[in-house]
Amino acid sequence: MILFWVALLAISISIYLLLDGFDLGVGMLFALARSEADRDTMLDTVAPVWDGNETWLVVAGVILWGAFPLVYATLLSAFYLPVIIMLLGLILRGVAFEFRHRAAPKFRWIWDVSFVGGSFAASFMQGVTVGALVQGLKFADGVYVGGVLGWLSPFSLLCGIGLCLGYALLGASWLVQKCESGVRDTARRQIPGLALAVLAFLIIVFAHALIENLPIMHRWLDRPYLFVFPAVGAVAAVVLATSILHHNDRWPFAAVAVIFVAAFGTLALSFWPYMIPFAITIDEAAAPHASLAFMFWGEGLFVFPLMVLYVAIGYRVFRGKVGGTAGHH
Amino acid sequence: MDATALLLSRIQFGFTISFHIIFPAFTIGLAAWLTVLEAMHMRTGRPVYQALFEFWLKIFGVAFGMGVVSGVVMGFQFGTNWSVLAKMSGPIQGPLLSYETFTAFMLEASFFGVLVFGRKRVPPWFYLFSTAMVSLGTTLSAFWIMVNNSWMQVPVGYVLQNGYFVPDDWTKIIFNSVVWSRFPHMLLAAYLTGTFCVAATGAWYVLRGDNYAESRVMLRMGLFLAALLIPAQLVFGHLVGDYVHDYQPAKFAAIEGRWHDERPASEVLIGLPDPATESNKYEIKVPILGSVIASSSLTSQEVGLADFAPQDRPPVLIPFVTFRIMVGCGLIMLAIAWFGSYLSIKRRLRRNRLMLWAIFLSFPLPFIAILTGWYVAEVGRQPWAIYGLLRTADAVTPFLTAPAALTSLLLFGAVYLFIFSFGTFYIYRLLRTGPTRLVVEPPHGASPNRPMSLADPELIQSAGE
Ligand code: HDD
Ligand code: HEM
Ligand code: HEM
Repeated sequence: MILFWVALLAISISIYLLLDGFDLGVGMLFALARSEADRDTMLDTVAPVWDGNETWLVVAGVILWGAFPLVYATLLSAFYLPVIIMLLGLILRGVAFEFRHRAAPKFRWIWDVSFVGGSFAASFMQGVTVGALVQGLKFADGVYVGGVLGWLSPFSLLCGIGLCLGYALLGASWLVQKCESGVRDTARRQIPGLALAVLAFLIIVFAHALIENLPIMHRWLDRPYLFVFPAVGAVAAVVLATSILHHNDRWPFAAVAVIFVAAFGTLALSFWPYMIPFAITIDEAAAPHASLAFMFWGEGLFVFPLMVLYVAIGYRVFRGKVGGTAGHH
Repeated sequence: MDATALLLSRIQFGFTISFHIIFPAFTIGLAAWLTVLEAMHMRTGRPVYQALFEFWLKIFGVAFGMGVVSGVVMGFQFGTNWSVLAKMSGPIQGPLLSYETFTAFMLEASFFGVLVFGRKRVPPWFYLFSTAMVSLGTTLSAFWIMVNNSWMQVPVGYVLQNGYFVPDDWTKIIFNSVVWSRFPHMLLAAYLTGTFCVAATGAWYVLRGDNYAESRVMLRMGLFLAALLIPAQLVFGHLVGDYVHDYQPAKFAAIEGRWHDERPASEVLIGLPDPATESNKYEIKVPILGSVIASSSLTSQEVGLADFAPQDRPPVLIPFVTFRIMVGCGLIMLAIAWFGSYLSIKRRLRRNRLMLWAIFLSFPLPFIAILTGWYVAEVGRQPWAIYGLLRTADAVTPFLTAPAALTSLLLFGAVYLFIFSFGTFYIYRLLRTGPTRLVVEPPHGASPNRPMSLADPELIQSAGE
């Protein structure tokens, strides 16, 4: 039962990373768009789906609360300011979708700024959170003692930038898939630079984790089959490079998505069986059986597949390229 | 933890949830209204229903967006500010909130995209289906959140183990009578909000003399539905009061402004409770009525606040005053809905400008009733976060500092004020423009209409001046 919920949590987080990742990424690239028409097109590629994408954050959050209340309570309170700023960022970008079309043209820039700024703040704070986790929070007897600013360090800030780059990469490859001509070509030109930056960043993070925490190194040496994750990531990077060279529109997004999942898997496995690295394990954090079972027999077994089904329906309804004429609401 | 971080957290939670509830209150009712309109349009083919649908859909879009973003905040605030509560009650509240997310939010979010952007991408039946799914989602969401909050008000079906509230009977948690009086009370409140906003818009257009066909439909449907719903709401209000009387005597005494035990009890209609002297100033009361309302009896003894130690009493003034505002709003709404419906049936409503003004100006009433109702429930629950089990002061994140809490509160205040002003302004502008000028009827048989492109701000502006 515990394993089931860890798995579902990991799946939900991965889905969130991919889905909100691309739309936050589009949000940041929005700042670089050259014309009003380009901006409209970019927005059209995410407008019908952003709400659903963001809901995966809530999904991951409530699974965490229901199945691992200790971790939910500890992480959210330890990351008080980053979480609040992330939420405010999500608010500012979320309302921009509706408000931008309602504003008089001369005030539209307000919502452009809030869209870009909100996307950036949310992505950055998510990266900071991951960075601080990798680096390790201060605990004494299983209780967090790091205070309100315990997450702040050069490394965590670096991770903030890293995740922004990662999301921008995902966003660019999404635009390549969903757009034509102008927007697509710009996005395609942005991919190589972003990809190299992300690669360099991943190597730094991973090296840092190894140097700081020797136990991780042992885990990798003890179980060499775990190298499957980084290996898959590497293959995906090659696919990405070739698809860019061949001007293929469909493969870049898939390749970047695989890289993201591989990076997430690599990180998660490095810390197994800890949920908060080296302080709280999965078993310690798990809710009582009565809670896990209640969630399992309803939402886990039946509602989750249904949920994935209608998310898929949603994406099917809006499949295909966003043209200059179609889609606009 | 310093006392001010506690106070700031309480203010922050109260502020952010008050902001949030404004939008669900509106969108739950509106989603149902949209479903009805779309179904009517499919059945009758009358263009007026389609015009109304497209019109309210735009307003729905703006309100829904604000509801979603402010709701995401709520889901995380339990962990950020109330981490002790989140940990201890996580095994119960977590699964309940996760059911809300799984069954409701995903449904709403996925089909909302189809609703707003998918008109010409899906067949008509699927479009109607999507509308109904959004409506179902909002209703389910209200259900789970009421279960959740009801457990905090009247905790049942749990055992306390190693500092966790461990569920031992989910049926008790979900199917207890408290949930089943509060959930209908909340749902009816949301539907009433929808009906009053629709009727008020209709009255506005009649006063201005435009949107003839649309205003007719809005006024009639809004008023008739409200006339049916409001008596039901008063009945459920009474039932909700019964649970408070049975399970939360201190809250009940605060609502009633009753300081000392009384037999038979009188009912304080108005007054100003004064904790210092443990009595009410300027009070007007009716003998015996208190016992009748609380226990349906002429002789029952009713409990006063002085029976409780001062540290176990809720603040008196807020529940006392807000309760009276809620009931007052309910009674005014009853009068407006019934008299308005009567005039409408007699075909005299369109000429009665005074009544039209009253209907037009009534749209804030349900919002006020909902907010004040929640203040009764939540402030009256103090000093407990989980009634009788966990004090609010012990529920807060222990290491949260006042500067951090103040920073977040100020940020929330600034951002919410900013988006709220623009949001209401955009909604106001859509309403002012009205359905006929906003939506140009497509020629019969021409399926894909592009409402939004017709709602370009330029057009709205020129139409609105
Ligand atoms: C009676 C209704 C009601 C009440 C009391 C609340 N909500 Fe709410 N909430 C809704 C009714 C609703 C809704 C109708 O389902 C919303 C509003 C507009 C919308 O889009 O969905 C919503 C949206 C919404 C969302 C965003 C859903 C998404 O991503 O699509 C979250 C996370 C929450 N709420 C969480 C909460 C929490 C934690 C609350 C209490 C502390 C709360 N809501 C009170
Ligand atoms: C005679 C009329 C009414 C009575 C006697 C009544 C009674 C009550 C009581 C006693 C509470 C507190 C429940 C608690 O502590 O949990 C409450 C809450 C509430 N009321 Fe009313 N009410 C009335 C009318 C209305 C109207 C007209 C509306 C809205 C349109 C409304 C909306 C609410 C809401 C949203 C809550 C908070 C949710 C809850 O606690 O259930 N009420 N009501
Ligand atoms: C949507 C309508 C609601 C409104 C307007 C509302 C209002 C408030 C207010 C004013 C407070 C501050 C009380 C005080 O400290 O004196 C509060 C606290 C709180 N409410 Fe609500 N509330 C609502 C719904 C809910 C729901 C649905 C839940 C739970 C599922 C909830 C959980 C809490 C918690 C955890 C606190 C903070 C701890 C406490 O003061 O006990 N509220 N709310």
